[in-house]
Amino acid sequence: MHISVNVDGVTYADEVEPRLLLVHYLRERLSKTGTVVGCDTGNCGACTVHLDGHSVKSCQMLAVQANGHEVTTIEGLARDGKLHPVQEAFHSNHALQCGFCTPGMIMQAIDLLADESDPDDETVRKGLEGNLCRCTGYQNIVRAVQDAAQRMKPGAGPKQEQHSDEHVPSQQPVGGE
Amino acid sequence: MIPAEFKYLFPSTVDEAVRMLAEEGEDAKVIAGGQSLVPVLRMRLAAPTALIDIGGLTELTGVRDDGDSLLIGAMTTHYEVQRDHLIHDHALLLKLVTDTVADPQIRHRGTFGGSLCHADPAGDLLAPALALDAVMIIAGPSGRREVSASEFFVDYFTTALAPDEILLDVRVPKYTGWGAHYEKLNRVAQAWSIVAVAAAVRVSDGVIAAARVGLTNVGSGPVRAVEVESALVGLPATAESISAAAGRASTGDGYKDNLARVLTGRALTAAVG
Ligand SMILES: Cc1cc2nc3c(=O)[nH]c(=O)nc-3n(C[C@H](O)[C@H](O)[C@H](O)COP(=O)(O)OP(=O)(O)OC[C@H]3O[C@@H](n4cnc5c(N)ncnc54)[C@H](O)[C@@H]3O)c2cc1C
Ligand code: FES
Ligand code: FES
Repeated sequence: MHISVNVDGVTYADEVEPRLLLVHYLRERLSKTGTVVGCDTGNCGACTVHLDGHSVKSCQMLAVQANGHEVTTIEGLARDGKLHPVQEAFHSNHALQCGFCTPGMIMQAIDLLADESDPDDETVRKGLEGNLCRCTGYQNIVRAVQDAAQRMKPGAGPKQEQHSDEHVPSQQPVGGE
Repeated sequence: MIPAEFKYLFPSTVDEAVRMLAEEGEDAKVIAGGQSLVPVLRMRLAAPTALIDIGGLTELTGVRDDGDSLLIGAMTTHYEVQRDHLIHDHALLLKLVTDTVADPQIRHRGTFGGSLCHADPAGDLLAPALALDAVMIIAGPSGRREVSASEFFVDYFTTALAPDEILLDVRVPKYTGWGAHYEKLNRVAQAWSIVAVAAAVRVSDGVIAAARVGLTNVGSGPVRAVEVESALVGLPATAESISAAAGRASTGDGYKDNLARVLTGRALTAAVG
């Protein structure tokens, strides 16, 4: 089936099998390997991306279901070589060890901060309920998210990653070969 | 794992969706939010020949005021249910239950209707739908029909829906001003209910005027604790009344009986407020 999806500000037109999962489309067709797969059951959250500004698990969606929609991955967060404030906060608070859960944690943290601009400990833990970390024990992740909240203005979440078309003039649709 | 091959169809009207389901035959399936179906496909527990994606049927999304009741579109997501002001004002129990379903990412995609159609006995929305006397509005090749929640949930993962039928809307009578609570026992974050109790209570001048109690995951489908409900009516809204009534919850299983009683007591106490 033919699909057209905007990923990290670029519109891609591609022919895909209906059974292709969104996460495999991102990794294998678009080489966006920043988004990882940690499970078969939708539990771990490692594959979290944003679909039209809301967090979703990209292993729990078919690529064809993203047709006509806008996807943001961990690779689409940095601006002009500068990390997103949540990425910076994870870096400076040592909120990762092996780093496998980190892309999903950061994408979910941004979603959480869009709803809760100054979350307490409990709110952060509830908001990251769908993301598992096997290394850190979560303490520094919670700290990083709270630090990020201070670095960001209220409601800065999905807005920050909205790509207006004029930001990507040089890139043409690719794929569909 | 990677799902088996299937044909993917994206209807733009309900009639088209119903026609496609009929044409594709028994092995076709509706996909709503996909949060239960995609894992089933990935683990190859099922291999439908065609998926009819009802994500484009915008008329199935959202909550409408219909006089004495609310009409909840089957495609309304858990996230939307959590934030809908009509649900908050007239069916608070559904909001409180939905708050406990899965995690934020799943709630962005998973739908109210999909949860009911999936009919997992541990699914949290079945017991409140039963306790609140919800009615399913269903479309099929021979037109529309309505099925009460008590007839809709047939068995483990089995509903009264025929393979060529689609759930459109769920009608829920208004419970304006009722207190509500969902008491869910699970061991870790994001886990399914071991047992959970959905309670809604109307208190008038300190007396329990009406009560609804539904039990999650105590059998092959949701169970309504009618003995508890009737024992409560007319009693003062006190701890003594609640603990006497909660003792009547039963499940036919010793361990779950005990859980159901304890959790019913807690749910009612919180619902009475
Ligand atoms: C990690 C994880 C944790 C979860 N935790 C919980 C939890 O704690 N509590 C809980 O209640 N749920 C939980 N869920 C399930 C979640 O609530 C799903 O969203 C829900 O069960 C299915 O909704 P859906 O829209 O995604 O349906 P889908 O997955 O699209 O469909 C499910 C089934 O229903 C059928 N169907 C869907 N919509 C219709 C319709 N309108 N008409 C006819 N048939 C239809 C489909 O054909 C399919 O058989 C969890 C899921 C995951 C992955
Ligand atoms: S890979 Fe585990 S939730 Fe998607
Ligand atoms: S840092 Fe290793 S899983 Fe989280």
